[in-house]
Amino acid sequence: MKGAPLRVYAILYLLFLYAPIALLPLFAFNDATIIAFPLKGFTTHWFTDLAANTALRQAVGNSLFIAAMTAVFATLLGLCAARAGAMARFPGKGGIIGFVMLPLVLPEIIVAVSLLIVMRQVLGLNLSNWTVIAAHVLICAPFSIAILNGAFQNLDPSIEEAAMDLGESRFSAFRLVTLPLVWPGIVSSLLIAFTISLDEFIIAFFLTGANPTMPVYIWGLLRFPAQLPVVMALGTILVALSVVLLVIAELFRRRGLARAGIKDTGGFL
Amino acid sequence: MTALIELEGVNKHYGDYHALRDIDLDIRAGEFFSLLGPSGCGKTTLLRAIAGLEDVTSGALRIDGRDMKGVAPNHRPTNMVFQSYAVFPHLTVAENVGFGLRRDPRSRTEKARAVETALEMVGLGGYGKRRAHALSGGQRQRVALARALILEPKVLLLDEPLSALDRLMREQMQLELIRLQRQVGITFILVTHDQEEALVMSDRIAVMFEGEIGQVADPETLYRKPATRRVAQFIGKMNFLDGRLSADGRAVEIAGLGRAGITEEISRGVSSGPVAIGIRPETLAILFEGESAPRREAEGVISEVVYYGDMTYYDVRVDGIEKPLTVSMKNLIGRPVLDVGAPARLGWDERALVLLPR
Amino acid sequence: MLLAPPFLYALALLALPILAVVLFSFWTQDFMTIDTGFTLANYREFFDKPIYTVLLGRSLMVSGIVTLVTVILAYPVAYFLSFHVAPARKSLWLFLITIPFWTSYLIRVFLWKVILGYNGVINSGLVGAGIIDEPLSFILYNVNAVIITLAHAFAPFAILPIFVALEKIDRSLIEASRDLGETRISTFFRVTLPLSMPGLVAAVLIVFIPTIGDYVTPELMGGAGGKLIANMIQTQFLQLNNAPMGAAIAIVAMTCVTAIALVFVGLNRRWLRGRG
Repeated sequence: MKGAPLRVYAILYLLFLYAPIALLPLFAFNDATIIAFPLKGFTTHWFTDLAANTALRQAVGNSLFIAAMTAVFATLLGLCAARAGAMARFPGKGGIIGFVMLPLVLPEIIVAVSLLIVMRQVLGLNLSNWTVIAAHVLICAPFSIAILNGAFQNLDPSIEEAAMDLGESRFSAFRLVTLPLVWPGIVSSLLIAFTISLDEFIIAFFLTGANPTMPVYIWGLLRFPAQLPVVMALGTILVALSVVLLVIAELFRRRGLARAGIKDTGGFL
Repeated sequence: MTALIELEGVNKHYGDYHALRDIDLDIRAGEFFSLLGPSGCGKTTLLRAIAGLEDVTSGALRIDGRDMKGVAPNHRPTNMVFQSYAVFPHLTVAENVGFGLRRDPRSRTEKARAVETALEMVGLGGYGKRRAHALSGGQRQRVALARALILEPKVLLLDEPLSALDRLMREQMQLELIRLQRQVGITFILVTHDQEEALVMSDRIAVMFEGEIGQVADPETLYRKPATRRVAQFIGKMNFLDGRLSADGRAVEIAGLGRAGITEEISRGVSSGPVAIGIRPETLAILFEGESAPRREAEGVISEVVYYGDMTYYDVRVDGIEKPLTVSMKNLIGRPVLDVGAPARLGWDERALVLLPR
Repeated sequence: MLLAPPFLYALALLALPILAVVLFSFWTQDFMTIDTGFTLANYREFFDKPIYTVLLGRSLMVSGIVTLVTVILAYPVAYFLSFHVAPARKSLWLFLITIPFWTSYLIRVFLWKVILGYNGVINSGLVGAGIIDEPLSFILYNVNAVIITLAHAFAPFAILPIFVALEKIDRSLIEASRDLGETRISTFFRVTLPLSMPGLVAAVLIVFIPTIGDYVTPELMGGAGGKLIANMIQTQFLQLNNAPMGAAIAIVAMTCVTAIALVFVGLNRRWLRGRG
């Protein structure tokens, strides 16, 4: 098990991971309607088309709203669970946390159809952005919990007690000591939940109302070959955006570790 | 001296687990008091109950005459040095030390001066601007001390503060804590599992086992006159022999060593009949050629030799005694270290016997 | 009780809805009206019409192959990350591995179509290089294409748990094994691999279970012969408007997946105990 062949393998593996994404900008700037080689020439008009597409702009607006709401609610739930997880032990705690984390391993279509049945048939609700938000919070909460758990477990449990011992109330101890220390975790939880929600299609397709989310709209575009270069342009922007968001999330996570004086041991999850 | 902290019939349950059992204890103003015991004996729970970080299930806890029931930790006249030090990693040293002064009405500059004074007191003058997580263990400990002392509590609680330090540092900090306590004059309550540490530092010690207090006494009494076999075993080394106390309490028949007359002081508190007799290793002696025992002698064979440099510990097998007796000898000039199997004359002294209920 | 909000949320939006699915699967629907009489008709139809069982079988097979391929390809990468990358650079590697996962799933799937398609990257490359005369057609619109795409999509899911398990292994155990006379290779099989089993099991489950529920990849990549059970569920719900039938299919699929997962975990535990 020498390192060199493994390194070559790992690099090839990375190339495999990045191969599809690397094609995105190629076709986004390619002056041809057909997505195929050989490339025809450079153009930016797919991006101008994109900007002119009001339906798409609306879908993007919907998705941003859904993603923002999802991020906030999932992080709030994550904060509750992570704090409870770091604190008291009580019977059934493992089971409850396991149950809350279940959506992580549940096939998404199961979540989608079960919520569809409840929303439409049982509660008789109209599908809207809020039905999508409800579902996205459900699937994003486990990620938020995992991230925030990490942040809380790095905390010395006596640190909040120390603040109380030095004259702070329970609430101000949380505000002055715990919050600053887990703040980076909160930011990265917000960003991760936002990113997941923004990209989620399988569930959104079932639960979306009259106004499609961005992935649902893209799904529609994929059927029209003439629209494909626009999709490529949109994809390029999205990839760039997610990379930026993830870099910020990662920087915050590292800053959190540095602030707590802990050695870095790995990435997300 | 009056009691600063009074505990009356304090109990603590965690579900089925009975962590504190009927604790009655008075801790005096200005004393250095230690809670000593093996891990899981409830000493930390007791300390946290005094700090208000743990509710008690039943019983009364008063500090300075005031009942502490329902009083939150931030409203108690106690401050704590945590085992992990709990130094806030996101703050500087000065911000840590000044943490509890947030509501203090003094001006910013006055507070800064107080922080610097506190830092100087613990030997960290000039460290204020450093980041807390860049400090060494010993320095963090000092920050935790300064942070608590700056609030001028009536009681300083120390939860195993020295356990994470290396030996040299620990011995240095022991002396420094004693100095600090004398300087500020407030009550220190120390939790420790290290009997030597407790003996060195404390005015009085409470020895705890399984949620109960076994004995409360000053270090010398605790060492010389332990109340139970368990306390005797926990503090220092002790040989135990079977014996029988006479009806008048003035003589014991010791298995393997014979009969010995004792003073009333030694037998006090022990009823006649079968008793356990403790003998500390340093009160026994191996007699070398030409030496003779001042009081009593016994014959034995050396079964184990452990050489410590300044001392040698011998196990000596004596007929009629089940376990070999441990004897500690100073390695004085010209005194040889004996080998296993060598015959040994053992000197002992009935004045050093410790009588305990069997 | 801080756990209450997330717990109640999961209860209301996960447990109750799944119960509703179970309930629905015993009902029937005729156009818009739902007949709430208890019946096994949906399940009977499932096992009577070969289309459903064929789809389920194909789904399980595809998920199984995807899992196998993904985990086998991922293990060396996780091993490399854990044992051969300097600690300071580990998070950079992990970061690089996770980035593709966070980029639009739909577009990633579609791009595989571009790579594998008739005029795609592979075909035009091979034709251009003169290796083949005619573009290959067996790599798109069939099960193979679905497998390749899914294996790509779930790669980080497989790498992360294995990496975490490998990181937890006390390095002195490996040194001890070498000290006791084992070679590098036999140390790997006698110490490293068994100790990384929990991560491997997690990786298998985290890939196997969700792939059953994906209908995007088979829809875009599978062509006529590459459709899977999730497509059928989606069709029943959204096109045929037959929620009870869709619910029954979902329940059967879910039960199969759970059963396979439990058997796998059980076998693994027995195997580990048999060794230890």
